[in-house]
Amino acid sequence: MSKATGPPDRRAGTNLGTHLGTRAEERLAWLLCMPAVLAMLLVTAYPILYALWLSLFRYDLRFPDERVFVGLANYASVLTSEVWWQAVLNTLIITVGSVSLELILGMLLALVMHRVLFLRRTLRASVLIPYAIITVVAALAWKFAFDPVTGFVNPWLGLDRAWLGERWSAFLVIILTEVWKTTPFMALLLLAGLTLVPKDLLDAARVDGANAWQRFFRVTLPVMRPALLVALLFRTLDAVRIFDTVFVQTRGAQDTETLSIVGYHTLVTRLNLGLGSAVSVLIFLVVLAIAILFVRGFGLRLSRGGQT
Amino acid sequence: MSRDVPRLAQNHEGAQRLPVASNSKFKPQRRRGRKEHTEKRTKPLSCLCVLCASAVNRASTKGPFESGWDRLFWRLGSLLIIAYALLPLAWILSLSLKPAADLGDRRFIPARISLEHYRAIFSDAQFPAALWNSIGIAAIATLLSVLLAMLAAYAIVRLRFRGRELILGAALAIAMFPPIAVIGPIFELWRHLGLYDTWLGLILPYMTFTLPLAIWILAAFFREIPWDLEQAARVDGATPLQAFRHVIVPLAAPGVVTAAILVFIFAWNDFLFAAALTSTNDARTVPAAIAFFTGSSRFELPTGAIAAASVVVTLPVTLLVLIFQERIVAGLTAGAVKG
Repeated sequence: MSKATGPPDRRAGTNLGTHLGTRAEERLAWLLCMPAVLAMLLVTAYPILYALWLSLFRYDLRFPDERVFVGLANYASVLTSEVWWQAVLNTLIITVGSVSLELILGMLLALVMHRVLFLRRTLRASVLIPYAIITVVAALAWKFAFDPVTGFVNPWLGLDRAWLGERWSAFLVIILTEVWKTTPFMALLLLAGLTLVPKDLLDAARVDGANAWQRFFRVTLPVMRPALLVALLFRTLDAVRIFDTVFVQTRGAQDTETLSIVGYHTLVTRLNLGLGSAVSVLIFLVVLAIAILFVRGFGLRLSRGGQT
Repeated sequence: MSRDVPRLAQNHEGAQRLPVASNSKFKPQRRRGRKEHTEKRTKPLSCLCVLCASAVNRASTKGPFESGWDRLFWRLGSLLIIAYALLPLAWILSLSLKPAADLGDRRFIPARISLEHYRAIFSDAQFPAALWNSIGIAAIATLLSVLLAMLAAYAIVRLRFRGRELILGAALAIAMFPPIAVIGPIFELWRHLGLYDTWLGLILPYMTFTLPLAIWILAAFFREIPWDLEQAARVDGATPLQAFRHVIVPLAAPGVVTAAILVFIFAWNDFLFAAALTSTNDARTVPAAIAFFTGSSRFELPTGAIAAASVVVTLPVTLLVLIFQERIVAGLTAGAVKG
């Protein structure tokens, strides 16, 4: 965050600009940006438009010659299917469960990291490890840990359960894995916000007789609000897209299919490109809606972000 | 930081604190001490403050810096966090070292240790191929992504042009984009273009989906570079190339390294594209290989082999993270927090 503050970038541009002239400067800028823009268009904008187009056809890759234009029929069948709404609900459960836990744990973690001096470097380093571990590996590690045959969790808890064999306990394991993997990210973003809280403000509140809770909720949290919202937005969108953990741990069995799993199964396993594209477009719209909700609803200012 | 000094005196406790700071035998007040440790604050202040900070540092590692219970609480908290963060890593390591016969003993610490699973995965064709694919694909994607992002970030920071906001906004939109939404079309497209199950078929999506992160990080870092120095070097008689090499490159390098590490971790971590766009050892990367791993014979539980493979791919990245931890933290916060 502190990296982005500071004077807006004009100070740097001017002397180069005066040498080049505005037109030439503009042309050079676009020339430099062009490769990145082209790549981004090729791999996201074009495919999403193509998905929009494909979603209007009955198109199964196993019978590629029987491609028929069906209008919005694919959307109708997705939106009336139980599988879709089940997946929406499951995704919601996982998202709300993991993001709220992450927020609480991440905040605690940030507070500890902000405060302690004991083992400070070790603490920071070990907190980064979950971030660096491949999600598939983390999911497998937790899967084996909860496994009734190999795992240590059952003996430790004195239980004998097939955790991933039942819906709610499977959700528990999935959420636990997600929380373990992504809390560090949340904590680091919150820590960055925490360092921006002016000490004077806290001291003033203390002098005025505010206790620790009041100082936290009335001073620290409001000042951190932007950082908090950005962290929440990114983590929520991440959680809605959840795929790796669920795929590795249950493959969607026990009614744990999430949106991405449904999309993957329709597209890649069943090769139903028409229906799968409709699912893709709908997931895209869900993500878009959440992003708009955050930006509009919570007044999060992201688009100006480049230079705060 | 510079405003801290006057505040010391204003503060009602300041009077007793001032002389203490330079003498490590006395224990500074806790509030003062903690402030010094918020790191960010070391910027423009003179050596006085550095001295104070180091005195506080030294004192705080032993003295009654906080009340006993308080300190115990935070220390226990830190230890708990460290244990929690390392638990799955220790567990997967333990599994990978258990001999096949012990895999079902449900013990956290292996009773006997054997390297048989490591030998097994490296004598099999699948894992070494996947490892090679992962390293190659992630490295090339990182190189390309950082290169393209450098050009774009340079333009965004140093040139005046319409569309700067547009590019940053588009990058942000792509950072939020759900990859599953483009899997189908890319799958179809790649089959037509012959990119299915090839390195390039994965490099392109990885490069693109990491571009936003790389552009944001690099733009944030580039903005901090005093570009005027280049001009100054030119005035002092350096050629443009020399000025660039000796002035700009060393200043830009930290940002580039940071962006590269984060991009590499993303590409190394991805499973969705690898699962959907590859099918054989030609391009299947480690996450996909591990997830679809079935074991050499169907009577054998592949748990041990999976654990060994997991350890092999986790160690290098963990090492990378430990070496570059400060950079990664800076990059993550620069790339994501803007407000």
